[in-house]
Amino acid sequence: MTRPAEVPILEAEELHTYYGASHILHGISLSIRTGETLSLMGRNGMGKTTLLRSLLGLTPPRRGTVKVHGRDMTGAPPQKIVRRGIAFVPEDRGIFPNLTVRENLVMAARPGPTGRRDWDLTRILDTFPRLAERTSNMGNHLSGGEQQMLTVGRALMTNPDLLILDEATEGLAPLIRKEIWSVVRTIKQSGIAVVIVDKDIKSLLKLADRNIIISKGRIVYEGDSADLAAKPEIHTRYLGV
Amino acid sequence: MAVTTRSLTLPAALLILVLFPLFGSSFYVGLLTRILILAIFAMSLDLLIGYTGLVSFGHAAFFGIGGYALAIAFQDATTIHLWQALPLSLAAALAALVVGWISIRTSGIYFIMITLAFGQMFFYYFFESPRYGGDDGIFLFFKPVLMIGTESILNLENENTFYYFALGCLVTGYLLLAMILRAPFGKVITAIKANEHRVRALGYSINRYKLVSFVIAGTLAGLAGFLEGAHSGYVNPSYMSWHSSGIAIAIAIVVLGGMGTLYGPIVGAFIVVLLQDFLPSLTEHWQLLFGGIVISVALFLPRGATSLLPRILSRRQTTRPDSPPPEDGPREPADG
Repeated sequence: MTRPAEVPILEAEELHTYYGASHILHGISLSIRTGETLSLMGRNGMGKTTLLRSLLGLTPPRRGTVKVHGRDMTGAPPQKIVRRGIAFVPEDRGIFPNLTVRENLVMAARPGPTGRRDWDLTRILDTFPRLAERTSNMGNHLSGGEQQMLTVGRALMTNPDLLILDEATEGLAPLIRKEIWSVVRTIKQSGIAVVIVDKDIKSLLKLADRNIIISKGRIVYEGDSADLAAKPEIHTRYLGV
Repeated sequence: MAVTTRSLTLPAALLILVLFPLFGSSFYVGLLTRILILAIFAMSLDLLIGYTGLVSFGHAAFFGIGGYALAIAFQDATTIHLWQALPLSLAAALAALVVGWISIRTSGIYFIMITLAFGQMFFYYFFESPRYGGDDGIFLFFKPVLMIGTESILNLENENTFYYFALGCLVTGYLLLAMILRAPFGKVITAIKANEHRVRALGYSINRYKLVSFVIAGTLAGLAGFLEGAHSGYVNPSYMSWHSSGIAIAIAIVVLGGMGTLYGPIVGAFIVVLLQDFLPSLTEHWQLLFGGIVISVALFLPRGATSLLPRILSRRQTTRPDSPPPEDGPREPADG
């Protein structure tokens, strides 16, 4: 699948992750190439978030390797892994309530690992006009949708090669969801690779190049969107829809 | 709104402080000097508690080290040259680097305990050391002078000169911290206070940021201790103790004035010293009153006494029909 010359942005091999004694991930391998959009699906509690946390070093795997741009980063602290060009938007919308919208964005600003500076404050505020109207609001004086946009915007300020979105549209109003999906599309078009965890299968299939379904800590399906769309039995079996 | 209040109040307050020695008696100039020194110390503690979220109980140690460094080096000297003495307050920076490097590896209650333990270590070291005067401390019979050749340009022997020197240190420290807090570094430490895991997930090595903050605060505390030693001509271990003059009072100052604002601790220092001066004339059990005041402020004014002024002003404004509701108005500026 991967051309030999191309080094994936992120490559995980045989990840086994535990929470104490409970074995969560049972040998997951995956790789994300430049500019690729990958969806990660599965029911609640199947290990999606744990997989993301393992990739980022937040919950280091007990066995297996994580390589970023070809370099082995297994067991490295999260800030070192992230510095190699990965941005993470966590499930709980990690805004800083004691900073303003502007400060939330500016504090994250840095050029990408190769010195790229595509995203700066002006471009973020152009992309999210709602945030532009509220630059001096404190982080906790925002609606849920605005907080989510702020988190995505802050992630982009780090000029990543890969953006990881964990349940970015969960609990948001349909109109706001639409807005977030359209931003994700813009991000994808700008050449940033995206990994999305979400429950909105329809939107995911439209956007993703490749889909992975996880069940009980194992990859049970991997394929492109056309293939997955043609297999409704997989939806009912692993996603409950 | 709050910003304009602040931009008017601060210069006005500074002007009063600058003009004070022209009117005040030398007793009050001395008292005010003590307040200014304490304000520097409290401000440095606020950088840790109010901005970085590090509740350090060992901060008084750096205050004491600043004072002891001066006293030990110059206890037998007949002239204390300021340019030789002032760099000695950097001993506190070195101590903060070592203590910080170890302490920031812990968090929460463990951080409080380990910094308290370090503070007590320094306290007992000086308390038990006959070389440095034990619990009697060290007396300094001269105050620092700044001389070029044989010409003295700044003689701190003069109470007014010392006052202006302390005021200069406070203003410089304030501006320096305001600058640091406005820079991205300041935003990162403020974010660390809110949630350090998120900051790490953004790619920042939080321990490095905490350590830098700890060292800056320790250095400033050392400067305050240096000034206190020079001003009172006396350094003793109680500088470092956690109950009497040290950390408990400093935390009370920060809480009374308002955490997370740079001017809060300055106002707090005024309130605390003036209360300590005034309350004993009311009753023998004045500390009960003092404690009651601290508790009431913590309960009813969680953002400190300085949050009162914008609140009063915005209430007055809301009576006008076209003004914004008060909850949108006074945002306590976190950017100093």
